[in-house]
Amino acid sequence: MTTLTAKDKDAVRTFWAKVSGKEEDIGTDAVARMLAVYPQTKTYFAHWKDLSPSSPSARKHGITVMKGVADAVSKIDDLKGGLLTLSELHAFTLRVDPANFKILSHCLLVVLSIKFPNDFTPEAHVALDKFLAAVALALAEKYR
Amino acid sequence: MVEWTDFERATIADIFSKMQYEVVGPAALARCLIVYPWTQRYFGNFGNLYNAAAISGNPMVAKHGTTILHGLDRAVKNMDDIKATYTELSVLHSEKLHVDPDNFKLLSDCLTIVVAAQLGNDFTGEVQAAFQKFLAVVVSSLGRQYH
Repeated sequence: MTTLTAKDKDAVRTFWAKVSGKEEDIGTDAVARMLAVYPQTKTYFAHWKDLSPSSPSARKHGITVMKGVADAVSKIDDLKGGLLTLSELHAFTLRVDPANFKILSHCLLVVLSIKFPNDFTPEAHVALDKFLAAVALALAEKYR
Repeated sequence: MVEWTDFERATIADIFSKMQYEVVGPAALARCLIVYPWTQRYFGNFGNLYNAAAISGNPMVAKHGTTILHGLDRAVKNMDDIKATYTELSVLHSEKLHVDPDNFKLLSDCLTIVVAAQLGNDFTGEVQAAFQKFLAVVVSSLGRQYH
């Protein structure tokens, strides 16, 4: 879509500094919400014993995903290059339909809105929405 | 026809009974105009929309946000036939306002985020699912009379 401006990157880094320490909670909540609100996403996890939003597998996955997002923040100046390996993983092994990146991004934003009602201003929202869209694009880079 | 569980009906009724229309409506519309600036195309006569601060402080945005949110009241009262409830509004948005129906989803995402901030931890995954299902039905109904 668009490139991230210096202002966007600053806004993302500033907001992410506040997130520090809460990544696990945020990740698990976002994945739990994704499974609850968009049940079609459960199709990717048929191998889990327990598909409920609060299951240990869901929690673990939330943490994994969030580590990836945090990593992306540190690589914000070159998402395509920085997320190359993750893109190959999603393209060749996981084969997640990229439409789902939007879904998870939305759930993440909902969680941030709940946990940081005062910091998640409209300005922070647009920067993070752009950032997550850029991450999604970088993840889909190797798909075809 | 859309099937609603008791939980979903109760959740929607509860959210709207507590709704602060003059806070949530303006905030949701402002966020939509800020996060998805192309939506400003429908508000050429709203005056100053130059930046986030201007949008958030714009009285026309505030008034319209409240109007839109109250527009959902009829659906809340007629959950078993939202499609019919919004026939005229759908025609209006298509024939007169010429709004791309994709925009309804953008606004509904912003509304979800604002309501989430309001309700905090009460906005659980299950509540979010009910709320988003309700908005999806509204969005679908509003897009039905487009030809």
